[in-house]
Amino acid sequence: MSEHVKNAPVELLTFRLSDQEYSLDIMSVREIRGWTKTTPLPHAPSHMKGVINLRGTVLPVMDLAERLGLPPREHSDRNVIIVVKHDDLMTGLLVDAVSDIVALGDDDLQPPPESTPGTQPAVIKALTLLDDRMIRVLDLAVVVANETSEAA
Amino acid sequence: MTTPDPMAEIRASFFIECEELLEALQDGLEQLADDASDIETINVVFRAVHSIKGGAGAFGLEALVRFAHRYETVMDAVRSGQIAPDDAMIKLFFRCADHLSDLVRGSRDETELPTAVGEALLGELDSYLGGTPAEETEEDIDFQPMGLSLDLPGINSAPTANTLQVTFSPQTELYATGNEPFKLLGNLAALGACTITLDASALPSLEALEPENCYLSWTAELESAADAAEVASIFEFVDGLCALDISGGAAPGFPDLPPLDDIPLGAELDDVEAEAPVAKAEAPSAAPAQPPTPAGAMADPSGTGKAAPSAAKSVVRVDLDRIERLVNLVGELVINQAMLSQSLEQAGLSPHSDAMNGLEEFQRLTRDIQDSVMMIRAQPVKSLFQRMSRIVREASAAVGKDVVLSPEGETTEVDKTVIERLADPLTHMIRNAVDHGLEDTETRRAAGKSAKGTVRLTAAHRSGRVVIEVSDDGGGINRPKVQQIAIDKGLIPADAPLSDTEIDNLLFLPGFSTASEVSDLSGRGVGMDVVRTAIQALGGRITIASEPGIGTTFSISLPLTLAVLDGMVVKVAGETLVLPLNLVVETLTIDETNIDHVRPGLNVVRVRGSFVPLSDLGVVLGYRPHLEDYIDRVVLLIALEDGNRAALVVDEIDDQRQVVIKGLDESFYRAPGIAAATILGDGQIALILDPSDIISQAQSHEHSAITARKEIAV
Repeated sequence: MSEHVKNAPVELLTFRLSDQEYSLDIMSVREIRGWTKTTPLPHAPSHMKGVINLRGTVLPVMDLAERLGLPPREHSDRNVIIVVKHDDLMTGLLVDAVSDIVALGDDDLQPPPESTPGTQPAVIKALTLLDDRMIRVLDLAVVVANETSEAA
Repeated sequence: MTTPDPMAEIRASFFIECEELLEALQDGLEQLADDASDIETINVVFRAVHSIKGGAGAFGLEALVRFAHRYETVMDAVRSGQIAPDDAMIKLFFRCADHLSDLVRGSRDETELPTAVGEALLGELDSYLGGTPAEETEEDIDFQPMGLSLDLPGINSAPTANTLQVTFSPQTELYATGNEPFKLLGNLAALGACTITLDASALPSLEALEPENCYLSWTAELESAADAAEVASIFEFVDGLCALDISGGAAPGFPDLPPLDDIPLGAELDDVEAEAPVAKAEAPSAAPAQPPTPAGAMADPSGTGKAAPSAAKSVVRVDLDRIERLVNLVGELVINQAMLSQSLEQAGLSPHSDAMNGLEEFQRLTRDIQDSVMMIRAQPVKSLFQRMSRIVREASAAVGKDVVLSPEGETTEVDKTVIERLADPLTHMIRNAVDHGLEDTETRRAAGKSAKGTVRLTAAHRSGRVVIEVSDDGGGINRPKVQQIAIDKGLIPADAPLSDTEIDNLLFLPGFSTASEVSDLSGRGVGMDVVRTAIQALGGRITIASEPGIGTTFSISLPLTLAVLDGMVVKVAGETLVLPLNLVVETLTIDETNIDHVRPGLNVVRVRGSFVPLSDLGVVLGYRPHLEDYIDRVVLLIALEDGNRAALVVDEIDDQRQVVIKGLDESFYRAPGIAAATILGDGQIALILDPSDIISQAQSHEHSAITARKEIAV
């Protein structure tokens, strides 16, 4: 994997979702697993794919594309589950494929443009350019925390 | 966590011991209530209080020492036959025991101690002693040297100073048990003018010296008002670990004590020093006499109970976390074993091959290990029941009713976590029984019952579950009143025709309270609905049976453990699900002869002449739409809490097996009807269903579907 070291305080894990590129702070990532069949939870929101067995604990898995409002698509063997931990809560995020780990300085991150009402406002906390591709940096707290309030 | 402080650890273990002692005390008092004349029981009770006092003294818990001391003084009087115990006294003893446990807990948690209650109780205690308490305070000195202030007015009761010669030769064991001669001598010196000389004559040459042996002894000349017994009491905790000789001065007090008590101690000391028994002559109530009984060994915190080591049950204290870890690991083992057997089966091995035989043995072992581990966590419900007997005492005193609790099946064992979480609901139910269940004394007399109300609390194992019942012999549920209240509160429509059972179950509705006026006992805004929720959270069920004029019985049925479940593994719409096996009363297959179509969306299945409504599990869980045809599907008959049955349609039954329960609490989505999850042999997660919840959900769907249709029709 290529390294893009600059003045480097942030390391990001980048991954693909429906032809778009997203990234997460690598410090919140616990592990990356291949796709396994999930056990669906009845009456759960559609982006909740269900639960899987993570070495003896029950891990809820969320389809990140559906969570972000991207069109649903078929799962392939290349799909992976990124296991993240936020506020002691473990969640699996289903993504299309993991691409790279990049190190970025604060300067490389730009705030996202003011969002228009009705779109996902706070989920993306920054944008960055990498080899002329735009990469969206996700705010994990919003992705996961919104979920909690929806379920409650 | 801060760094472990050895003193804090000792203190913690003292409080754990206190809990045990309090339990022994409670037990003893209950025996006394049955037969007050049994001297051995009185001894046990006395020793329990005394041991608490001793330990408390060592930690400087003055309030505790003071109360325990006066309590013990009265008991001592009973023990020596000065006072004959009567009912009122036993009751007072019970209340004192309650207060003592409050003090212990208060001291442990360092909260404020309820001194006012204590003073009142002490007043009552003293009234039994007549004029004697002043003299008895002298004993406080026993514990005072352990670090309390020294200016208690104890010494003046024996005003004449005399000279005592005290020879103190500690044995090696004294050091081994963590005692400190310096402190003991310091305590001695605190009694009066004291000259202590060291006798090192037994000290061998350096080559012969065993570093762990003790060769030193001390001689002290003490000028003090204290008598020999008092001096001996300083050495009470090292009794049997040293040779002690006290001579000169006044003869030991309390000559009326039976010399028999000395025999076990004397015998033990004979080989050490022949004269010791004289010195040992029973420090007043302080040396707890230690007759050679197993109880003596258990009740004594200082470790001097060596007199009867063989009979004490050997117990290991283990941190609960470690047990939890073991339970989890065994859970993993069970899952792994299931995975292994599944893959071996798939490998197509012959069932008679060595591998398969070995696997069978492995399965049996796994099951045994699991059962044994679960047994570690199992505890008798006794401690819980004892707490309840206190609740009954307090509750009956508060409402002025004469109530006796009759516990049964105290040795029934239940998972520790279940016991802990049962305390609150049970407390509430007991209070209810005393407050609402039982009539007042006049009504009882008028009804020709005994004036004393009885609350029965029973526990028993019944077909893999624990059944706990709280029943009273009161007037039963006043059904017209209950129904009227429910109507008044708008909980049910005024014209609703309800069966007796349905009316009884109104008690479980949120916001229901039957007390005509809110007493300070029950009716604190927590109703039976809270109780039911708590029980259900434990995987249990609660039912009511009531008969007018005879009484009411609440019966709680609980799983034995929260960790494993005997489950029926079924398949619905391609998903694997687990149902608690004990709720499945029957299975059958649907054919043309036993299914009937009532109206769209409602089918019933005929079971020996009765109709049971069908719910399709796949539909209820949203896995699939309604099926056109249910022929050849499998039906599970489920027993419901209200005694009715419901039928759940599944595609096939896979297996019956023990599954390890994995909580879903931590995952952030909680589906209705889903109790927990488990991991199957193939590593997949299967959801464990709560059938009652599923069925009530199915019925409410049904209802909303009907009302929706009606609205459309209108």
